Amino acid sequence: MTDLITPPLHVADDGHDEHHDEHHGPTGILKWMTSTDHKVIGLSYTVTSVVMLVIGGLFAEIIRAQLASPNGTIVSLAQYNELFTMHGSVMIYLFAGPFAFGGIANIIVPIQIGAPDMAFPRLNALSYWLYLMGSITMLMGFFTAGGAANFGWVAYAPLSNSINTPGAGADLWIGGLLLTGFSAIFTGVNLTATIFYLRAPGMTMFRMPIFTWNMLVTAILILLAFPVLTAGLIMLYCDRHFGTHIFSVAGGGVPVLWQHIFWFWGHPEVYILALPFFGMATEIIAVFAKKPVFGYKSMVFATLTIGALSLGVWAHHMFTTGVVLLPFFSIMSLLIAVPTGIKIFNWIGTMWRGELWFTTAMLMALGFLITFLIGGLTGVYLASPPLDFFTHDTYFVVAHFHSIVMALVLAGMGALYYWGPKFTGYLLNERFGKIQFWLLFIGTQVFTFPQYILGLDGMPRRIAVYPHSPQWKTLNDWSTLGAVLVGVSMIVFVVNVGYSWKKYPAGDNPWDGQTLEWFTTSPPPHHNFYRLPQIRSERPTWDYNHPEHRSLAHGIDPVHHHELAHAGAVVAPEPESDDGA
Amino acid sequence: MYNLWRGFSVGAVVIGGFVTVLFVYAIIRFRRRSDHIPRQAQYHLPAEVLYTVIPILVVFGLFAATLVVENKEVANPKANVTVDVNAFQWGWKFTYPHTETVVIGQTTQDPTMVIPVNTMVHINLTSTDVIHGFYVKAFNFSRYALPGVLNQFTLEAVKTGNFYGQCTQLCGLYHSLMFFNVKVVSKSQYTAWLASTSNPAAFAAAKKTTSQQTSTVVPTKPSTGGGDN
Repeated sequence: MTDLITPPLHVADDGHDEHHDEHHGPTGILKWMTSTDHKVIGLSYTVTSVVMLVIGGLFAEIIRAQLASPNGTIVSLAQYNELFTMHGSVMIYLFAGPFAFGGIANIIVPIQIGAPDMAFPRLNALSYWLYLMGSITMLMGFFTAGGAANFGWVAYAPLSNSINTPGAGADLWIGGLLLTGFSAIFTGVNLTATIFYLRAPGMTMFRMPIFTWNMLVTAILILLAFPVLTAGLIMLYCDRHFGTHIFSVAGGGVPVLWQHIFWFWGHPEVYILALPFFGMATEIIAVFAKKPVFGYKSMVFATLTIGALSLGVWAHHMFTTGVVLLPFFSIMSLLIAVPTGIKIFNWIGTMWRGELWFTTAMLMALGFLITFLIGGLTGVYLASPPLDFFTHDTYFVVAHFHSIVMALVLAGMGALYYWGPKFTGYLLNERFGKIQFWLLFIGTQVFTFPQYILGLDGMPRRIAVYPHSPQWKTLNDWSTLGAVLVGVSMIVFVVNVGYSWKKYPAGDNPWDGQTLEWFTTSPPPHHNFYRLPQIRSERPTWDYNHPEHRSLAHGIDPVHHHELAHAGAVVAPEPESDDGA
Repeated sequence: MYNLWRGFSVGAVVIGGFVTVLFVYAIIRFRRRSDHIPRQAQYHLPAEVLYTVIPILVVFGLFAATLVVENKEVANPKANVTVDVNAFQWGWKFTYPHTETVVIGQTTQDPTMVIPVNTMVHINLTSTDVIHGFYVKAFNFSRYALPGVLNQFTLEAVKTGNFYGQCTQLCGLYHSLMFFNVKVVSKSQYTAWLASTSNPAAFAAAKKTTSQQTSTVVPTKPSTGGGDN
């Protein structure tokens, strides 16, 4: 696609008054509450979702403390059910997604494509407030008489109906999820429209940074998947309160239908969570290897393939229901390993013959790579029905997806160290950062590895006590130790933010970045740019700063490239290095 | 199935090991030594084709192995013993329709399912209320007990002994305590046990509730699986 649409941007305007369009709005809390600036909203999203990460993490620590002994008495059985339900719900619905597409992407995507803001700034603000209200609504369940929702984050019918789970906690869970679901849909609309329509002149689709590409696919998946969840939640609410029997056998309904609806959202959701973090890691690894993303186009096609396949694998969560077609969902799930593998090799290819600079952000991205590799390989087992039959609903599955999501947390932390200086203007302390990385990385492995073994030894998910199997205590204790290390790493992060507060000014481009966000100031002005470089590759800032070191297309070196061009041969992108600003 | 597990593990270790070696080599060999800007190579078509095609072949290999094992498992051999397993909040009911034996147990006392060794046992799995998971670690097999659906599978225990099973699908407050035992005995012991426990009155009651459940449902395609070692 070419740049037919040219938004009114301040492009290459040398005589531009740097303060001409500075924003003269309210300041302080009023600014925060009324702003439609994507950077302010994105920062609100980021802070809120990190608070959710801390809340969900506290639930996890209580869960691990309870499991440290076979007959733990720290919480009751009822409280335990609430805790793991809310742990999963907070982490998935209120942290991982909103952090990625509401927080980091909201701030970074418009800047990466040279846009002044999101396409629909007010809708963006609505997204945030819906998300905040939805989060509060869901957590309010703890203050109701019956406690918070306690049917697991998947809310399987008929356990989630009004007979088996009476009480307002479950309704608040549904309500909160509906609100955050709409917030996600609106963000999906916004990202899609922004990426399609607000790219700066020269920013063709195949010059978009990988993070933006991943966010485009994520946004499209949101638009395909989230409405299904919204519909399902409304059905569930009707079953609970309006006497319908959509999921209840007694009235002719089908309980498994809920699982189909839920996982038809739920599996794309896995990639809605993962793809943004893949994008973050890709950007970080390329910048700190001082190289372009290796196999840029295959990376894009791998992302698109993952997006497409993710819509056809939902029933691999349902192999043991006995009512799904096993071979189809098995091969579709196995196939996802291929594009994911391509990404891993591309990451290593990016590092290959680079000059790796091990900042905290880079360490986090590399920690992501290894943790994700472990989670990915164990996921392949689960795609095979005969192997799923004996690992389903055991700690093997718990360990598998915690490897994945902890990889995402690592990448997300990397993104905060990498992009945080761009939107705050200040760097975080590297020494604290490296301490945090090692605690987080080692803690993650220490808490997941024992869970793999426990799962193979038959420990089921979601049990508060294991009186018949006291031999599981040792491994559970290791797992708890790992969870404590992860918790400490979060404390180190909070301390680091406090310690580094406005201490280390970042400058515009502290990492020798490659994409457009490193071309503007830190933090960027109200509409992001005073000027833009020429965009002739997916690394406009790099090309501007290192005109003699452009990407080599298919191994053609620049000199040779020029000769071919002069000889009249048609070769890949414009060879001239006529950067202007 | 152990061969399948082993096959997947060999694949995982080989690929994971290969990636790890590349990764470790890269982070040691290519750590930053100067401000030198490295060669800005972006594509290497042969390598990219290689790491696309080989994983596809591996995946189809794994899928073929999966299909072979799966077809063997879901085959439905003729069974000599039938047990109706009914899960409820929070316990299990094992009914032996041929001999009118019923075993019921709840969280206070785990029920025991007695089956003969080296015999094909047909399980009819149902649930009274919410979804439960029938899982016996020693059989390496689990299957949901769904309300409104009759799930069927066949298993064959190859050695005698006591094995314990547990509900694996979250089913409410006492999910953690929803245990049962599987006692695999010799065929003669099994016959003797059946004779001593036959209880027509309990069976009639059990049958009544079972027929109430199944009257409201349309059983879907009977799904089967053999979960023995």
